[in-house]
Amino acid sequence: MTVSALSHPPRHTLSLIVENRPGVLARVSSCLARRGFNIHSLAVGPTIDPGLSRITVVVESEKIEQVKKQLHKLINVIRIFELEPSKAVERETMLIRVATTPSARTEAIEVANIFKANVVDVGYNSLTFEVTGRPAKLNDLIELLRPFGVVELVKSGRIAIGRAAKSKPARIRAVG
Amino acid sequence: MSASRKPTTMTTITGSQSVISSLEHEGVDLIFGIPGGAILPAYDPLYSSPIRHILARHEQGAGHMAAGYAWATGRVGVCVATSGPGATNLVTPLADALMDSVPMVAITGQVPTHAVGNDAFQEAYTVGITMPTTKHNYFVTDPDDIPTVIHQAFHLASSGRPGPVLVDLPKDVLNQETEWRPPQDLELPGYKPTLDGHPRRVREAVEMLAASRRPVLYVGGGIIKSEASEALTRFAEITNIPVVTTLMGRGAIPDSHPLCLGMPGMHGNYTAITSMQKCDVLAAFGVRFDDRVTGDPDHFAVDAKIIHADVDPAEIGKVRAADIPIVADARRVLTQMIEAWGDRPPVAGQQWLETIREWQTKYPLSYDQQPDGPIKPQFVIDELARVTGGDAILVAGVGQHQMWASQFWNFDRPRRWINSGGLGTMGFAVPAAIGAKAGMPDELVYAVDGDGCFQMTFQELIAAAAHQIPVKVAVFNNGAHGMVKQWQKLFYGGRLSASLLNAEMVDYVKLAEGMGCIGLRAESPEEVGPTLEKSLSIDDRPVVVEMVVDPDEMVFPMVPAGGSNDNVILGPEPGD
Repeated sequence: MTVSALSHPPRHTLSLIVENRPGVLARVSSCLARRGFNIHSLAVGPTIDPGLSRITVVVESEKIEQVKKQLHKLINVIRIFELEPSKAVERETMLIRVATTPSARTEAIEVANIFKANVVDVGYNSLTFEVTGRPAKLNDLIELLRPFGVVELVKSGRIAIGRAAKSKPARIRAVG
Repeated sequence: MSASRKPTTMTTITGSQSVISSLEHEGVDLIFGIPGGAILPAYDPLYSSPIRHILARHEQGAGHMAAGYAWATGRVGVCVATSGPGATNLVTPLADALMDSVPMVAITGQVPTHAVGNDAFQEAYTVGITMPTTKHNYFVTDPDDIPTVIHQAFHLASSGRPGPVLVDLPKDVLNQETEWRPPQDLELPGYKPTLDGHPRRVREAVEMLAASRRPVLYVGGGIIKSEASEALTRFAEITNIPVVTTLMGRGAIPDSHPLCLGMPGMHGNYTAITSMQKCDVLAAFGVRFDDRVTGDPDHFAVDAKIIHADVDPAEIGKVRAADIPIVADARRVLTQMIEAWGDRPPVAGQQWLETIREWQTKYPLSYDQQPDGPIKPQFVIDELARVTGGDAILVAGVGQHQMWASQFWNFDRPRRWINSGGLGTMGFAVPAAIGAKAGMPDELVYAVDGDGCFQMTFQELIAAAAHQIPVKVAVFNNGAHGMVKQWQKLFYGGRLSASLLNAEMVDYVKLAEGMGCIGLRAESPEEVGPTLEKSLSIDDRPVVVEMVVDPDEMVFPMVPAGGSNDNVILGPEPGD
């Protein structure tokens, strides 16, 4: 990670319902690149409707309205929701491999347990954990495991879902 | 696909025939293109189709011809190219059409689907390359989809904010058997342009204008695209608000109209620029606050409240925050505004109009044609207007000649001015004029072009001669990339780096004759009128008129790029 990456424009989580067609992901990423908007993370997958996919993209931009409007112009993009962290459940999954001598394994596992991280692979001199959580929680775990030596790190990209109404809603509308 | 398909009594045809039938179904009678390997199957049914095909000499020419046709007629222009280099040569006209919202459909051949991705002969990733230069594009893998895809392409190209749409057709898809069915469902869940302005916003806009003292209407290409000229003129008249017309919107309201202030921007006239700078309400319709209009946006119309109506929501607030944003088609929203204005009196701004008249008197556009001096390019525009009575479709390329044409020609109605605005595509004029003339054969189509522009695309005149499309082209020969030279003189200490074109080497009369056209030349001011008149007397083939113009003439007024519109450089006084 470079120094300049530490200061970045505000991050916004956008949830896009798109037509499930070849090339749609390329259109979305090309549109963002073309307009100079930086993608922090991106996750794409099917929805309950086989004709639709959902793209969750975290964009760094001072001009989020412009980002949304430009994405809306893509013919295959059907809806866009901006998910505010306070009104959404945001999750990331991480696989992290740390260097551990056999004697240090217990200590690393203790740290991992606090974060409900599971051991998914053990090697002679490494341990691999799987953990799911809020992006901030994952970053905390990385910091605590850093002294062991992080050998490899894989993140899924953020996914998010808006929080449901806590009182009886006037009407319910499911999308995707 | 739906179950409502008729049981087939239809005849089996090829994908290629389906393409041609689909184009016929869309009412296409004229297309511009060049055949080649992958698109060859589609050219076979074309041979027996009533659709007329103009064989361009370069795919870029075919693309700009389609654009010129679309500009002049208001219909969707269609161009055709083969895979690989054919398709990549279309990229410039597609980008041009996207910037200027020109309705266009491009049909490209592609290598067979089994070869896609293998670096086959003449393979290029056309859909990927043109993703950012089209409104939308399609890669067709099933010939049964052809009627629907082509129908969608025409719908997308011509509706909402118009633009180019590309359909990429692999050769095997063109050769496969299919049936042609009329397309029914558009199935575009992500595409629903908002056309009517929100009534509350419209009311707010009317109230803001009614309360204003120094209002200006800032209108552009959106007026032309949505056929809103009549509504605009009516709205200007009932409110008595002056109008500036951008480079893309010239002719939206007649230049002869007392409320029309002409073109604003980098080379706009002082009054148009300054009225925007000093206004208290700027009501923008079908414009995008382009940098060539606003100059430094932080110093643009700083005291003005902004009403911004555009069919593309992304344009609203992109450059300048709008106090009243209205997403709407220009014609519909202006019609709504007229209704909402009702029988209110015109805006009480007599003082404002008087101030504007003072500017117009004090700072008119001017040039100084000496009888024994070199030909001034502005004089050519004036003479062309005189000999034609102004009754022509004027087409321009990009650069000095384009600015002079826009400044000095009096546009009396829409679709009589065709040029490359947003992308600034040099070489646009010759092919665009050919497309316009092909689409409007009864109109006089006169291109004015620079020598730099002309040398980029003049070979399309061979196509014009071959297809008996008698366009006329006045080449302003100043022996230079004139605008580049102007900037070098103004901002680079006169170091003319790579801007001179060896004027003495090129014989435009011979060049024209060598392409089956007539070549004429004027070298002194008294020759200009007669030479232009002579060009009008020739109507059986294209005419090239070389105008040997003053190589040192510069375009003024000028607001240097990124500068404030408060600082208009007026240029030399006559006689300086």
